[in-house]
Amino acid sequence: MTRAVLVVDGIGKRYTRYASEWERVAGWFGFKRPPLEEHWVLRGVSFRVERGEAVAVIGANGAGKSTLLKIITGTTRANEGQVQVAGPVSALLELGLGFNSELTGRQNARHVLAMQGIDAERAESLLPEIEAFAEIGDYFDQPTRIYSSGMVVRLAFSVATAQRPDILIVDEALSVGDAYFVHKSFQRIRGFRELGTTLLFVSHDPGAVRSLCDRAVLLESGRMAMEGEPSEVLDYYNARIAEQQAGTVRVERRAGQAATHSGNGFARFLDISLLDAAGKPVDIAKSGQPLCIRAEVEVTESVPALVFGFMLRDRLGQPVFGTNTHHTEQVVVSPCADSRWRFDVQLPAHLGPGSYSVSLALHAEDTHLSSNFDWRDLALVFQVVNLDLPTFVGCSWIPVKIHVHAHPLPSAVLS
Amino acid sequence: MSSAVELCRGVWRYRGFITSAIRGEFASRYARSRIGLAWLVLQPLAMVVVFSLVLGEVLAARIPGVESPFGFAGYLLTGLLAWTLFAETTQRLGTVFIDHASALKKVAVPRAALPLVVLGSVGVGHLVLMLILLVALPLLDFPPGLHWLWIPFYSLIIAGLALGFGVLVGTLNVFLRDVGQVLGVVLMFGFWLTPIVYPVEVLPDALESWILLNPMAIMVMAYHDALLFGRGPGLGVAAVALLAVLLNLLAWRVFRRASPDLVDVL
Repeated sequence: MTRAVLVVDGIGKRYTRYASEWERVAGWFGFKRPPLEEHWVLRGVSFRVERGEAVAVIGANGAGKSTLLKIITGTTRANEGQVQVAGPVSALLELGLGFNSELTGRQNARHVLAMQGIDAERAESLLPEIEAFAEIGDYFDQPTRIYSSGMVVRLAFSVATAQRPDILIVDEALSVGDAYFVHKSFQRIRGFRELGTTLLFVSHDPGAVRSLCDRAVLLESGRMAMEGEPSEVLDYYNARIAEQQAGTVRVERRAGQAATHSGNGFARFLDISLLDAAGKPVDIAKSGQPLCIRAEVEVTESVPALVFGFMLRDRLGQPVFGTNTHHTEQVVVSPCADSRWRFDVQLPAHLGPGSYSVSLALHAEDTHLSSNFDWRDLALVFQVVNLDLPTFVGCSWIPVKIHVHAHPLPSAVLS
Repeated sequence: MSSAVELCRGVWRYRGFITSAIRGEFASRYARSRIGLAWLVLQPLAMVVVFSLVLGEVLAARIPGVESPFGFAGYLLTGLLAWTLFAETTQRLGTVFIDHASALKKVAVPRAALPLVVLGSVGVGHLVLMLILLVALPLLDFPPGLHWLWIPFYSLIIAGLALGFGVLVGTLNVFLRDVGQVLGVVLMFGFWLTPIVYPVEVLPDALESWILLNPMAIMVMAYHDALLFGRGPGLGVAAVALLAVLLNLLAWRVFRRASPDLVDVL
């Protein structure tokens, strides 16, 4: 089962500029001259993807994500390193680009299948399924120039996924189209995954990355900045965004997971603890039990404002609940240097069984994106168990009441 | 040679793409016209009729050695048949990669197949004009003969020549855009350095031997010989065939070398 279907080994992509293009042409015949200027957009990128894995590629614009995908799909070639791909790759990038607008949906479907090297007989057998999945009705036999952009996406997605590929590359392109079809496409992608298709997913949507992927690769100006659990990598990526003004980002191992730690340190956490109603530290909580997150904070430099924020996350790093003292209108205005503060968050553990973590932040405004003083992911990790409540599923405990009535209602109940 | 085999295998794999792209091109060209594909025949037919009437009846131009009043029309049409196959193919191959830039940059298009799509679609037009001409020539007092059977081979040689030349120019044109401009000028000179509108005999003797260095002059004269004068090919045609093979070896080699850079520069 652990057979790598995609091995990216030391990939580098270079764009070159020559004094004259003739020098480039001469280079093909062995008269090599060094180019005037070299620009590496991707270098030293290596990772392996096992069969059936889902890997997210994240990074800011211009980090080299698209170039990496183009190299994997074969649109462009790497200047160094190798990409080994086992089996067919299907890319949901630039949906509908190969279409000829004067041809009908059916003809375009045939054409794009042929472009993928699928023979005519096989293509013909795939068409009914494509037509059914796209759900564009009679438009399937109309020229695509009269399609709405949503219809183009529907058709293009249906064609691109007509055959289950070994590797599927999905771009944000997929998020266009109506909710119904987006849902349907993700269902198909999940179905492929169950059958062993490897997924390479490019997105800025943390929710989608966390729920769909097993692993994430972070690219930063063409280099691999990090590889690991999606929530670790996303936390680090978020911290990097916050960090672009000052300070450095540190990652330390805590509770077996990498915890990201960032901030300029103008204010910082001295101590963080999770307490029960009696004020005693806990790391296993019962569903429904009252809890308190206590943070001792020191302000080291005088700052205009101090906002304390927290975020409760589930096992996958998905936010469960979070807010900050800006939103609760409890901003500490102009705290003096060397003052100390205590923040107590009283919260009942209305949570389902499982592992949870808390991220804490100190910053000056309503988000951590500007003036980030101290940011700690996985500041607290704790377990929730259900001991005395009736059995339920889900990450949240909602006190519900279920009324059971026999039907028709007996007069005793009505009176 | 192994790379040539690999290339051919790739082309075979994408034969479905090539035929589908050629069909798509005609479909989109005539998509919104009322009589559609009929234009494919009507346009060359109109050319044959107009040339025959104007040159034969109105101007009554003659060429040496042919008695018929339609002699010059037949001569010109035959020459144009050969020349347009070459000129149109190279012209379109000159910009084939640039024309498909947006697709090439974003999706994995089988790029080596693109020149064959061009060749195929020009070839269809050529075939139609050829068939019309084969019907028209007897009406213009050029009776059919066994030598007509040479024409398919000659067409293949011209197509091969144009493919090699066009792929070379098309590849270079991506990097050196002036090449495409130069091609237009070269084709214009080429037209007049090929005996299409004049018989080769009218040239001064000194020039007449030089013009045989132009491979298209040899091919156009071979067309004339086969269709009009009932003569078979000379050694020149074999030399052009050899040239076409060599040119293709060179062109596809350059294409392969350029291929990694091609998409980046577009």
